[in-house]
Amino acid sequence: MILKTKRLQKHFGGIYALNNCDLNIRKNEITAIIGPNGSGKSTLFNVISKILKKDKGKIIFNGMDIDNKKDYELASKGISRTFQEVRLFKNLTIMDHIDIAISKDDESILRSLTKKVNRTERIKEILDVVGLNKPIDTFASDLSYGQRKLLDLAMAIAKPGDLLMLDEPVAGVNPKLRKKIKDIIRSLHKKGKTILIIEHDMNFVMDLAGHVIVMNAGKVIAQGRPKDIQNNPDVLNIYLGD
Amino acid sequence: MIAPYIFNILILICIYVILATSLNFALGYTGLLNLGHIAFFGIGAYASVLLVQAGIPYIIALPAAGVIAGFFGFLLILATRKIKGDYLALVTLGFSFVIHSVLLNWTSVTRGPLGIPGIPKPSILGFTISSGFIYFIFALIIAFITWFILNKIVNSPFGRLMQATRDDELGLRVLGKNTSMIKTKVLIISAFFAGIAGSLFAHHITFIDPASFSLQEIILVLTIVIVGGLASLRGSIFATIIILVIPEILRFLSLPGTIVGPARNMIYAVILVAILLWRPRGLFGRVDLN
Repeated sequence: MILKTKRLQKHFGGIYALNNCDLNIRKNEITAIIGPNGSGKSTLFNVISKILKKDKGKIIFNGMDIDNKKDYELASKGISRTFQEVRLFKNLTIMDHIDIAISKDDESILRSLTKKVNRTERIKEILDVVGLNKPIDTFASDLSYGQRKLLDLAMAIAKPGDLLMLDEPVAGVNPKLRKKIKDIIRSLHKKGKTILIIEHDMNFVMDLAGHVIVMNAGKVIAQGRPKDIQNNPDVLNIYLGD
Repeated sequence: MIAPYIFNILILICIYVILATSLNFALGYTGLLNLGHIAFFGIGAYASVLLVQAGIPYIIALPAAGVIAGFFGFLLILATRKIKGDYLALVTLGFSFVIHSVLLNWTSVTRGPLGIPGIPKPSILGFTISSGFIYFIFALIIAFITWFILNKIVNSPFGRLMQATRDDELGLRVLGKNTSMIKTKVLIISAFFAGIAGSLFAHHITFIDPASFSLQEIILVLTIVIVGGLASLRGSIFATIIILVIPEILRFLSLPGTIVGPARNMIYAVILVAILLWRPRGLFGRVDLN
């Protein structure tokens, strides 16, 4: 297992967004987390990536307890993620975005002033992976929604890491781009990445994922192969009602 | 006697260039809405004067004023590292009031509202900078060094992180960057140069009191930064010249003294409103005010 959560709890006031949530994510697999709105999927992502503090429970990544890690320390441990809302730096260029994602010593002012590294070729390679064919000096604010989604994905995969967490990667994109993103995810999986996806688009999930986890009211209520999940009465119940 | 008047304006332009560019460094590039900048200016001024009065040579007192202001910048960011935007503005404004109150009430050190008169002109390696022209050249060199350093930083990979912090702090943290540390470094550097400006100001005017570092002064510096444009050091330089020179016209209109002060503020307000209406990003700004 690459990622495990044990009895994870998170509540907002009297509402439990995560209620003793146990999760086991296998290495080199595409795992999808599905569930109705408010079932705790995004909270789970935010707790794993340390953006939200958990109330109780444990998170084990690659055999290491990451409880004492800060959100910014997870990237170097091998966890990268995207958000439902694309998070870009609107006044920076495409090149700046990828350069920030791959550079290691830019937080030191002295090294930043003295060390000149040309990463243009590496940046172009990463952009080729996601198929973003815009001049690298284009500002993020000048990109279309689809292009911003691709840049967001490019930043997430730019850093060498083991686990890629994608929060609704095809929300609001056209069918052509949806297929493109699906192909990108497949090729990343082939290269050995473990991918964890939250997605509402069932066709996308069932076609892509090797393992599906269904959440409701902050708990995992079912998990298994996509075919089994589709016919699971508990899953049908939460989506369709009694 | 036009020369001393001209050199006084030129020296003040250099001092305000340092103040405005260092504020733009934190506000425009990093998104830190720091209204405590004027407090660093005051801390630098008082620190420099007190050190020189204690017998420390000016060549040491000048950087020490920056270091002391930078230390207060560190304390301020330590206290405010978890807040941002309007809340940060309010807390840093409160910091300005606290420092103003300390300067006003710690009379045994600052002489309170009486201020410190007779501040000596800087003396460097036995040479006293007494003439307006030499002081202008000295202030110009310091202003140039300030611009050079800040410009180098904002155009470096670290500068890119500053801008990313401003645009989306959470997005940057997820990429593995410690934004708290980035903001700490930025505020220390910004406060350091405000302290240097304070030292230059004190030894130029030769008299300081807490009123020299009041709320009105931060509004002036903020006006310069907004008129010049956020995230533009060049804009801050041009705006300093415009904002400091235009009100000087009032001196030649033979207006009563009671009118000149309010009229000056009205000119600042008109420039600010005009800029916000017609050039919301300022003269050379690269980012929106929001």
